[in-house]
Amino acid sequence: MSSRIEILNDGGYRSDGRRQYELRTLTIDLSPQGSGADGSASLTHGLTQVSVCVFGPREAKMRSQTFHDRANVNIEVSIAAFSASERRRRGKGDKRILELSHTLKSTFEPVIQTSLYPRSQIDIYIQVLQQDGGLLQACINATTLALANAGIPLYDFVCAVTGGVHSTSLLLDLTLLEENDLPNVTVAVMPRSGKVTLVNMETRLHVDRFEEIFRLAGEAGKVIHGEMKKAVRDRTEQLVGAMQSIGRPLAGADAVDNEY
Amino acid sequence: MVEITIRKRPQTEAVVTQRKFFKKTARGKVVKVLRERYLRDDVACGIEGCRECSTTIPELLPFTGSLEHQLFPNGHYILPDTNVFLAQMDLIESSLFNPPMILLQTVIEEVRHRSLPLYNRLKALSKSEDKQIWVFYNEYRSETAIIREEAETPNDRNDRGIRNATAWYNTHISLTRPPIRGQTQVPHPRVVLITEDAANRQKAEQSGITSISVRKYVEGMKNANQLLDLLSAEGSQGIEPTKAAVGRQVLYPNYLPTSTLLAGVKAGALHQGHFNANQYNYLEGSVPVPAFAKPVLLVGRENMNRAVQGDIVVVEVFAEKEWKAPADEVVDQEATLKNDDAEDSGEEGDENGEEVFAKESRVLSGSSSQKVSSERQPTGRIVGVIKRNWRAYVCHIDSTSLTSTLTTSLSTQTVFATPVSRLLPRIRLRTRQAPTLLNQKILVTIDRWDSTSRYPEGHFVRALGRVESKEAEQESLLLEFEVPYRPFGKAILDCLPPEGDQWVVPPKGELDVQNIWRDREDLRDVIVCSIDPPNCQDIDDALHARLLPNGNIEAGVHIADVSHFVLPDNPMDTEAAARGTTVYLVDNRIDMLPSLLGTNLCSLRPFVERLAFSSIWELTPDADIVSVRFTKSVIKSNAAFTYEEAQLRKDDPNLQDELTVSIRLLNSLAIKLKEKRMAAGALNLASPEVKIHLDSAESSDPIDVEQKELRETNSLVEEFMLLANISVARQIEASFPQTAVLRRHLPPPKSNFEKLQDILRKTKGLSLDVSSSGALAASLDKCIDPSEPAFNTLVRIMATRCMLSAEYFSSGSVAKDTFGHYGLASEIYTHFTSPIRRYADVLVHRQLSAAIGFTPLHATLHSKSHVERVLDVVNRRHRMAQMAGRASVEFYVGLALKGRGEAAKARGEGEVKEEAYVIRTFRNGVGVFVSKLGIEGLVTFKRDTQFDAENYTITVPSAKGDVKISVFDQVVVRIEVEKDKNTQRGKVKMTLVEPVDSSAL
Repeated sequence: MSSRIEILNDGGYRSDGRRQYELRTLTIDLSPQGSGADGSASLTHGLTQVSVCVFGPREAKMRSQTFHDRANVNIEVSIAAFSASERRRRGKGDKRILELSHTLKSTFEPVIQTSLYPRSQIDIYIQVLQQDGGLLQACINATTLALANAGIPLYDFVCAVTGGVHSTSLLLDLTLLEENDLPNVTVAVMPRSGKVTLVNMETRLHVDRFEEIFRLAGEAGKVIHGEMKKAVRDRTEQLVGAMQSIGRPLAGADAVDNEY
Repeated sequence: MVEITIRKRPQTEAVVTQRKFFKKTARGKVVKVLRERYLRDDVACGIEGCRECSTTIPELLPFTGSLEHQLFPNGHYILPDTNVFLAQMDLIESSLFNPPMILLQTVIEEVRHRSLPLYNRLKALSKSEDKQIWVFYNEYRSETAIIREEAETPNDRNDRGIRNATAWYNTHISLTRPPIRGQTQVPHPRVVLITEDAANRQKAEQSGITSISVRKYVEGMKNANQLLDLLSAEGSQGIEPTKAAVGRQVLYPNYLPTSTLLAGVKAGALHQGHFNANQYNYLEGSVPVPAFAKPVLLVGRENMNRAVQGDIVVVEVFAEKEWKAPADEVVDQEATLKNDDAEDSGEEGDENGEEVFAKESRVLSGSSSQKVSSERQPTGRIVGVIKRNWRAYVCHIDSTSLTSTLTTSLSTQTVFATPVSRLLPRIRLRTRQAPTLLNQKILVTIDRWDSTSRYPEGHFVRALGRVESKEAEQESLLLEFEVPYRPFGKAILDCLPPEGDQWVVPPKGELDVQNIWRDREDLRDVIVCSIDPPNCQDIDDALHARLLPNGNIEAGVHIADVSHFVLPDNPMDTEAAARGTTVYLVDNRIDMLPSLLGTNLCSLRPFVERLAFSSIWELTPDADIVSVRFTKSVIKSNAAFTYEEAQLRKDDPNLQDELTVSIRLLNSLAIKLKEKRMAAGALNLASPEVKIHLDSAESSDPIDVEQKELRETNSLVEEFMLLANISVARQIEASFPQTAVLRRHLPPPKSNFEKLQDILRKTKGLSLDVSSSGALAASLDKCIDPSEPAFNTLVRIMATRCMLSAEYFSSGSVAKDTFGHYGLASEIYTHFTSPIRRYADVLVHRQLSAAIGFTPLHATLHSKSHVERVLDVVNRRHRMAQMAGRASVEFYVGLALKGRGEAAKARGEGEVKEEAYVIRTFRNGVGVFVSKLGIEGLVTFKRDTQFDAENYTITVPSAKGDVKISVFDQVVVRIEVEKDKNTQRGKVKMTLVEPVDSSAL
């Protein structure tokens, strides 16, 4: 009985014990996944888990899809049948998935420096493994990380957070339960410039509330940015460390210890 | 800007922080749900001055705890478990019960899960100022959060959680108050677990937690004596675990198959009839069946077996020894079932259901004892439903059944809709927009009522608007009484004369293309006038009278010739037949015919030539009929008077013009006609009629209510209309013995008067002779109490209620000796005089027109079955229109009262008080009638009273000693309009002021 759960109780706690402005636990794994991906990232926001693989820039398989002055960004999303509580297979042509990949594509096209790679293609494959609200936010954050991991030049990070409004209280990083019950907005920001690249809202919301939640979600994006930057830096340090240890056999043991 | 943080949840803690469970969806699918939770260390304990937990919210619990309880001299806090709240909410709400209390999240959630209304009460309580309640979110604190173990029931898990939290509190208190060197250690206050569950107490003792039962705890309190009364009876039900997934329990017996029902009815073993709910007692209903003089009484939910007001049902009558008298108690559905839960009521056989059941059976068993055998009536149970009469009902959403009242919430909620009519059960519906529908009138239809569900299930149709807004109230009235109120369609309007409001009676002779003047009498030069209420727009009757040379008087009644415009079997006729009657509401009128006809072409306005159907008598000066003739005519009214104007004119001796003389002539005849009628045994009945003064046409805010005044001229018009109706009835019955449209009023069965006779005999020593209408009229005249002038009117009102209602019928369908009109003491009667607003009159016009050879009778009026069918509809519409009108008056009286109350408050006078008469006594209240306002109300007493059903008295304790109240007593009531907390329905609430102030009772 989902309706029996209070979204925000009188003590100021949400149904999972967080307070209003607390984001869910964020874990980032940038170690290589899949066969031969140029960059990959696996990210969880609470119980939402997304894994992204980036291939490219590489030669396009189909000539017709290339542009003479920039790279073509191709995004494919697949949602695992077991990802939601109700088992459901979504095919490639599913409207929901097409919409999601289109949104992601229009978010990332202006951020990737595509003009550096004319007549080539960048493939981004997104695999949704677990869903518990904030799917779009997780996809955006994971894609940013995977692109950075692949070494593709970006103008900036793209960091997204979902915000919702419960009566007049604002909530950040909604779970599925909250998402079903509240009007919600996903905002993606570029933290360095402070620009907003995406705002997505499928519910109705009073315009006054919208402004508040819009600002707050933008702020929250910067917090996420800090975490993402740290993950990228750690990964890079680790790689650099690994590179330096080549030729120094004794240090190899240390590299294994640092693995996380 | 607020601080935004990321809450880290280490992967290794997943065992505690993640929860996986399977659940079954509404569609029956099983889904897996995975939830996480974030455990924290900053959940505050709420004790004042605690050095570990600092919060921004001021702590509520005193540092030393409560020192008042004799068992805990060192101070204590109480920590009640779920069942305490479920069972003893009244105790906890009491203002005398205020030890510092720790309310656990586990407990709140369990209460919420079991009963939403109780949860809402608890929530309100925890916020109230005068209680020291601290809500501790134990499920989010890392030390107190627990997970359900293998093979542990949810109930056991919660109990363990509660014990855990209690233990934590005790250690927390001792940890934060370390002994200070050099001082003697002060004993710490204890946290006391209060639970009724002996096993739980035992486990608590084992782990060193102090625990106690509610009764024991209360016994040790200061105000034990008062508080012990508030403890709810220790039920034998005991405390049972929540049965989360018990199969659905069957609450009602199944219906018999239709073939069995029909066979049973045919054989006489079963009886068929309409189900009538009892508006005072939702657990009782009755079904009038031809086989018994008294309706079959259905007591209790199972016997009423899912019937809804108006359904055609089949009943099985019980053996005679089980026959009972109806209960004399007011049982309010809202009060009894207020803690019932919309989401799972009836679906899971939880003890909530048992509680309701126990409550209801208590109500039922209490009422049946000590009854006079004469009052017993057959009882039975419903075994099947022939036809459901479900429609859309106007309802309010019950606010306590809502899970979330936030307008931003998008979740589907199961809520109760309480119908405006007290005759209907609450309806359960699922909606996503529940919060926005609060405070609105909405339309709900019933979809089904399964035998496993206590309440019928329905769905939301549409919202009508805010409660108490006039538009919404009006529309809801019309819907509630099934008044068709859509504007007239094009096909209907096309039936009107093409000239529209330019239509005039053509001049006689060659210009009369349509041959309107054929066989019409030219009465344009007769001095005719109309007398109507003020602002009357549909003038359908006019009168004239003149002296004849032979000393007799010619009197004429001219009725608008509606049948000239409304031709049989066209769309306008069909629509008028379906509407049956014009409905008059206080501030609106729903026309039967398009207003072009009603207020213009068929309205006998002054100085305009109009078509009429005239009935002209030659009467002797003693008002004996010499001859009567009927003719179609053209008239030109000379004046349209109001009753008041006509009265003034008649009484003004200076006026001697023809018009005034004719009014005087009419009046003198009317007086004699009335005398004759009265001598024949006509009844002078009273019904409470009031008039609403509206502020202005636009705002239509009622300012005040007053009783309608009756003048001589009212009776003048009435007498001539009766005369016309009777004369016409004779004529059409003679011409069309099979299909004449007549109206009759059956004499009431003697048993209807039994109760009133008994009351009168016992309270006033008066007797009522009901052997005939004449005898009744005579004995009603004798019912006078010199000290109470209103007494006679009161008796008349009550006598009227014992009677049957008049009805239209076709002369061929009943025996000739049942044609009579009881109230008017006439052997035959019909309705002829208001064809603009009653469809029966239109039919009568057509028949009369055929009877005088003016037009041939339309084929449909030759068919008995067709006439019967049309009249069935008209009868029903007529009844509904009356009820709608009354309800509209009631609504405006309510508004006026509210206005009056506010005005009185503004002037600092306090409340509205009115004199009232007791008309009914119940076990726990009295029904009163406020004659000045024409409203009836109910005064209920919460405290016990002594009820004497034999003598219709109720003895109410008061400070000055017991006061006896009996039927017909005059009392003073305080009238308030209060909003029902749940339904937002404005409700007139009455409390006694004299002889006893019942507000405390």
